[in-house]
Amino acid sequence: MQMFRKPPEQRELELKLKLVQREGVRIRRGKVIVIKDRCKECGFCIENCPSGVLVRSEDINAKGYHYPEVVEEPPFKVCINCSFCSLICPEFAIFSIPVEEED
Amino acid sequence: MSTGELHPMDKYLRRDRLPHIWCPGCGMGIIMNAFGRAIELLGIDPKKVVVVSGIGCAGRASGYWGFDGFHTTHGRPIPFAMGLKLARPDLHVCVISGDGDLLAIGGNHFIHAARRNVDILVILVNNFNYGMTGGQVGPTTPERARTTTTPYGNYAEPPFNAVWLAASSGAVYVARWTVYHVRQLVKSIMTAFQMRGFRVIEVISTCPTDFGRRNRMPDPLDNLMYLREHAVVKKNPDPKEAEIRWGEKFIIGEFVRIEGRETYGDRVRKLIEIAQRRM
Amino acid sequence: MEYAVKPGIYFWSGNDALAEGAIFAGCRFFAGYPITPSNEVSERLSWRLPQVGGIFVQMEDEIGSIVAIIGASWGGLKAMTATSGPGFSLMMENIGLAIMMEVPIVVANIQRGGPSTGLPTMIGMGDVQQARWGTHGPHEIIAVSPSTVQECFDLTITAFNLAEKFRTPVIILMDEGLSHLYERVRVPEPKDVIIINRKMAKDPDGYLPYLPDKDLIPPMAPVGEGFRIQTTGLTHDERGYPAVNAEAHNRLIKRLIDKIRKRKNEIIDYQKYRMDDAEVVVVSYGSAARSAKQAVDMAREEGLKVGLLRLKTIWPFPDELIYSVAQKVKAFVVAEINEGQITREVERAAKGEAEAHWVGNYGGRWIYPEEIVDKIMEVI
Repeated sequence: MQMFRKPPEQRELELKLKLVQREGVRIRRGKVIVIKDRCKECGFCIENCPSGVLVRSEDINAKGYHYPEVVEEPPFKVCINCSFCSLICPEFAIFSIPVEEED
Repeated sequence: MSTGELHPMDKYLRRDRLPHIWCPGCGMGIIMNAFGRAIELLGIDPKKVVVVSGIGCAGRASGYWGFDGFHTTHGRPIPFAMGLKLARPDLHVCVISGDGDLLAIGGNHFIHAARRNVDILVILVNNFNYGMTGGQVGPTTPERARTTTTPYGNYAEPPFNAVWLAASSGAVYVARWTVYHVRQLVKSIMTAFQMRGFRVIEVISTCPTDFGRRNRMPDPLDNLMYLREHAVVKKNPDPKEAEIRWGEKFIIGEFVRIEGRETYGDRVRKLIEIAQRRM
Repeated sequence: MEYAVKPGIYFWSGNDALAEGAIFAGCRFFAGYPITPSNEVSERLSWRLPQVGGIFVQMEDEIGSIVAIIGASWGGLKAMTATSGPGFSLMMENIGLAIMMEVPIVVANIQRGGPSTGLPTMIGMGDVQQARWGTHGPHEIIAVSPSTVQECFDLTITAFNLAEKFRTPVIILMDEGLSHLYERVRVPEPKDVIIINRKMAKDPDGYLPYLPDKDLIPPMAPVGEGFRIQTTGLTHDERGYPAVNAEAHNRLIKRLIDKIRKRKNEIIDYQKYRMDDAEVVVVSYGSAARSAKQAVDMAREEGLKVGLLRLKTIWPFPDELIYSVAQKVKAFVVAEINEGQITREVERAAKGEAEAHWVGNYGGRWIYPEEIVDKIMEVI
């Protein structure tokens, strides 16, 4: 059933770009670490990442599951270390760590 | 594990037992994660945390922590925890178990422990069915939902409002969250850890393999999103309005928060004082 | 207060003596539910335990009671419960839990007429096989059976000692006859009695909860001290992790059985009375043994060569003892207030060397010594 899945809005991205250009907003950055052999492909992290940087990998882990991979598109589609993936993952398979902030 | 990195919760877990046995999309892992985070954020000594669990999927929780874990018989983690806490009042005794275990076979112990205000933290994992045995109807299965023992839909078994049951029996902290509302869940567990008395946190959880599959939600993500779409956070809600109906919105939040009520251990120790004074 | 139980001579009922024996042995946690004829044990302990700093809890049912004492025992307290037939039946599942988790607890069953609600206020001895096999699965169990009020005191201490030594539940099989009988009891000085405490683990480093020592018994760990205890009712391995396979199961169950069975001679206790030249031996236990002793005396006066073998521990059953006696006597007469639950054990253990005959009733009254004498005359 597709009804619960909504892709990120294009409009939102345009707004963010305008903000950065006008005000010089700083963006928090994080790094996602995936312990791929623990993943069971529930999809929770991929669906709920607010930046939309997680995708299902082509590769499979030892149990045959497609674990999440990070695909970033700076300056906005980046991991912002909200750590929701870390909290919502039932498998202790993914977490984020903070990295140096950049302008 | 190929990468060798450590998840922040790995320090509390029995890593040699991961990945755990719960299904893809099962909320148990999320609850475990939240529980560990709360302990970490509060800086609680992990040696003093004890997890007592019953039978069922939720009952496997005690086996994955490095804390002292006790996997008891069906319905009985609460009296076990009570005995243990009375013998060792210095420990943080937590019960993690399921809706069937705590409210059906264990229902009597649940209400009496609440009545007594036994000083334990109960995490009631509610996935609306008996998951481990294949998905039978349980005391919290919403009406009309399908389970293996309600193949025509659940018309026979009106469910408990577990929040109201706990509140009216005397629990001093009653909260309900879902496995989607993880941040609130972590905070709620932290709040509970800092209180004394019979504390119940009902966590509405996902069960794609048994409950979800039979209710047109075989995909794990649909189960999680159901919770997101139907749970409504309310401030100071009334336990009486905490009913859950299938397909309708339900309330989550902190329902009861009473400080300062005497715990059962306090009373028993006072009794010892009284007895010894009279000798 | 200097003494938990002050030494001296007392006039107590069986239930009183049981309660005091428990306190003497170091019991500091009781959880129970009211049921006749065990109520006096609860009532006395509700009064006495707080005096010695112990905890008394009246639980919401018997199942809560047995589970609470298992939890309290893990918490380091010597714990017991007291009940009768209907409550004993409810406790069966969790006696098995205590066996699997290897937790020392004492369960006192003050037997009454059964089955079902039966005769709440009258004597019965019909739970003997249930004590052995009531919980499901292959297992061993220890059960003691006092016949005098003094033994209600002494054997309770024995029960606690055996529970602690073997890390297992021990059942005290009393009955309503003895529970409400008043007799003289002598409480000794604590220094004159051996009290055994469970073997505790010392070092958390590398500790495995179910790795046994040479005596097949693993040391128990204190909770909350970093030992990372894991325990479950599921079949488990040395780490306490569920190990749900045939190999692990057979290994575990064999050890649980052997730890008791291989040391039967440290457990089995009995009394031989006038057996040296006996042609017929009366085997009995509990309150029935009191009638049997008088019957033996009466029979001897008639010139019959009779003796009494009084069992103080019922389980493990003294197979070898019965066999050795069977080779010297013509027959056994087993006096018990049930349909022959020990009679069949005696017959089995005798291996055809001597017959076993039952005498008694199904519950409700003591056995009259005359009935036993009549049976003896029938078989001699």
